[in-house]
Amino acid sequence: MSEPIVLQPDETFILNVGPQHPATHGVLRVKMTMDGEYIYNAETVIGYIHRMHEKMAENRTYPQYLPNLSRLDYLSAMAYCHGYVLAVEKAAAVEVPERAEYIRAITVEMNRISSHLVWFGAFVMDLGGFSPLMYAFDDREQILDLLEAVTGSRLTYCYFRFGGLYNDVDDDFIEGTRRFVKRMRKSLKMYHKLVTTNVILMKRLMGIGPVSAEMCQRYGATGPVARGSGINYDVRRNEPYSVYPEFDFDIPVYNEGDSYARYKVRMEEMEQSLRIIEQGLDKLPDGPINPEKKPKTIKLPPGDYYTAVEAGRGSFGIRIVSNGDKSPYRLKLRSPTYSNMHLFDEACRGMLIADALAFMGSLDLVIPEMDR
Amino acid sequence: MIIETVKDKLRGLFPTAAKPAVAEHEAEKPEAAEAEIGVFDCNYAKRGYHLDVRLSPEQLLTAVGILFDHGFFIESITGVDWIKDGQLEATYDFCRYDFDLCRIVVRTRTPRANPILPTITGIYSGASWHERETHDFFGIVFEGHPHLIPLLLPEDADFHPLLKDFKA
Amino acid sequence: MSLTLINVLAAVIIAIAFVAANAAYLVWAERKGAGFIQRRPGPTENGPWGLLQPPVDGIKLMTKQLLIPGGVDKIIFVIAPVLAMFPSIVSFVTIPFSDTIVAHNINIGLLMIFVFGSMSAMAILMGGWSSRNKYSMISSVRAVSQAVAYEIPMLITAITVVMIAGSLDLMEIVHKQSGGFWHWNIWPFQKGLFNILMPASFLIFFICSLAETNRAPFDLGEAESELVAGYHTEYSSMGFGLFFMGEYANIVIGACLTTILFLGGWDCPFGLFPGVWWFIVKIYILIFTFIWIRWTFPRTTIYSLLNLSWKVLIPISLFNLLLTAGLLKVF
Repeated sequence: MSEPIVLQPDETFILNVGPQHPATHGVLRVKMTMDGEYIYNAETVIGYIHRMHEKMAENRTYPQYLPNLSRLDYLSAMAYCHGYVLAVEKAAAVEVPERAEYIRAITVEMNRISSHLVWFGAFVMDLGGFSPLMYAFDDREQILDLLEAVTGSRLTYCYFRFGGLYNDVDDDFIEGTRRFVKRMRKSLKMYHKLVTTNVILMKRLMGIGPVSAEMCQRYGATGPVARGSGINYDVRRNEPYSVYPEFDFDIPVYNEGDSYARYKVRMEEMEQSLRIIEQGLDKLPDGPINPEKKPKTIKLPPGDYYTAVEAGRGSFGIRIVSNGDKSPYRLKLRSPTYSNMHLFDEACRGMLIADALAFMGSLDLVIPEMDR
Repeated sequence: MIIETVKDKLRGLFPTAAKPAVAEHEAEKPEAAEAEIGVFDCNYAKRGYHLDVRLSPEQLLTAVGILFDHGFFIESITGVDWIKDGQLEATYDFCRYDFDLCRIVVRTRTPRANPILPTITGIYSGASWHERETHDFFGIVFEGHPHLIPLLLPEDADFHPLLKDFKA
Repeated sequence: MSLTLINVLAAVIIAIAFVAANAAYLVWAERKGAGFIQRRPGPTENGPWGLLQPPVDGIKLMTKQLLIPGGVDKIIFVIAPVLAMFPSIVSFVTIPFSDTIVAHNINIGLLMIFVFGSMSAMAILMGGWSSRNKYSMISSVRAVSQAVAYEIPMLITAITVVMIAGSLDLMEIVHKQSGGFWHWNIWPFQKGLFNILMPASFLIFFICSLAETNRAPFDLGEAESELVAGYHTEYSSMGFGLFFMGEYANIVIGACLTTILFLGGWDCPFGLFPGVWWFIVKIYILIFTFIWIRWTFPRTTIYSLLNLSWKVLIPISLFNLLLTAGLLKVF
């Protein structure tokens, strides 16, 4: 709970971390009341790049709103689009061909890996190690190239359509993806050797930034943050959607609740995503990628609908309230980092500033997604 | 099943209105805003949630307390502006971490002219930002909130952009 | 008389030129090394292999406006970068590169280098304090506590070597190690003493020189993901440039001292052709290790850094000092 900062007697001073600070990776501001190097109190200030996506939704038709979704979380844009198309398809009862669903799952998982790779590089950079960033971006480049060939964009994908996809994948993509899976497995091994078992890194992360399961519940933390605290919660498993029930994959869970646990969760998630991609490529059925019959204008029957998907950072929820019109009456985007970041204020009290920034990195923030 | 337990507990909140408790109301027309209260089962496959709990603001804290005790976590809080009825609806989404899947939506309505609701930050600390956001967008005042200043909007913002009569 | 003056002037000018050239090209080497480690080419645009990058950078830095933010303590703010660069230049005067190549050898050269070396901590403190920036202040406080913590084990280890050599004269220390790599101080069996802790001493000295020069993984002073740019956040133009060059000059001094104290200076590993080239080879190997470490390890925190110094390095170096003293007495 963020309380108003009361000026303390002359022992403390206020350190304004952000809105422009290398560790916040965007325009996030944390007003820290410091006692020397220790944080006495912190208040997170967000909203610097608030764009009111929810109001935009009310003024656009359902298909017109598709590109907005990828502007939320620019690192794992696919998952957000996936959530939106699933929500609309469910409400409007649009059939989706199986092939489209498989391709969606494959691309979403590839995007998840690329998102985690950026996190990995940036996180180790927060800790002062520079080189992993370059290696991670090198691997990510392969994903971006593959996805660019299919979707037409490298970052803000608008690939999914209601009921299907914009473009079918070709053999080049399938072969390239198989090559990438092999390459990525090797890279992951190297990352584990180079970074995961590094003594300094382990010392910096173990026992730092403890987040208890109870705290997760109070703040609604999801994704790797919750899974690092011993909560076995993954929307792909708990509330299966799309073709995820067809895949055999594990949900990594660690009980320590520290930054290192969150680190390991994400690293293992990349491996699991590789497994999903591999299975998806094996099982990829032939057929159309768009339904034969699709309503010309998408209109949702009156009522409200909730859909959640597992995005790169946790459970992304989308609530659509419809009054039967061409555009939503109200659309709410539930972003995972918004809840994950919220617990920072409480959890970082009493931490060293260096540890607090490492902890912030382990939450994997994407600011546009918090501010929406 | 947690859903049955919670349903029973929540129905205990409506001692007089035994009637809606039985009704397997599909809530097809939320915009038809007879301020009905009660616990409604929902079609999960279509709606995406299992229980729709409609409360009066006074019952909110008790209901949320029940959900907290049963291990629900807070997904989000948001509002809907039902301008035709002159009411603002606050919507609280709850979900569970375990495999006993149960999504619950708690709604409560407050008059548009003077929207005041109790805060649930005492139960779910994470509600703080969600309530501040709802205050930003709809102007709903959460009584007892420790720090109800604009979060996403500029700090001197005196407008509420998600109200239907908001003109930029 | 005038000849001596010319000699001294020439020595100083050569020292400055050497320091400046080294600092400039170490930046290039650092960037190339980082590129090599990170699977990318590094600077390539200016000149062959980007070799003209340092002068271009220098011109860029010099032509930029020197901003003095409002509210800073002007005098200290301006003096600080000069003070960061000056001691490193002076230290070079007494460092012997070979039997003949030394600007001015004095018999307490080691002491002098340590005296000037501790001045760089003061420059950081002055720069950080006068900047009127909270990040700079935290950084300078960190840097000073770090300097204090690491000067102690560094000095104790140096004293160990001085005891073995029986002199503070750097020339003398090198001469005592001449005659092949088995005579170097890094090995345990010097002069019939069997001091098994000598390799540990070498490591301690090396770690301390990493910490003294604010290099990763001990670059807490300018930890850019925490403290933006640390003590030089508010500096622009050559103010920043001098801090930067001072850091690299300090690296060279650290490498030179390590070479002189433990690796036999210009002595050839196999007793052949001793000369300045061996010295150069040795210091650049050490400098490459500095670069290598920087681009491989993440940063420590201030408390684990201080713990390492006070709880590990100082006890070991003290024990080594006592052991060496005892062994010297016995043999």
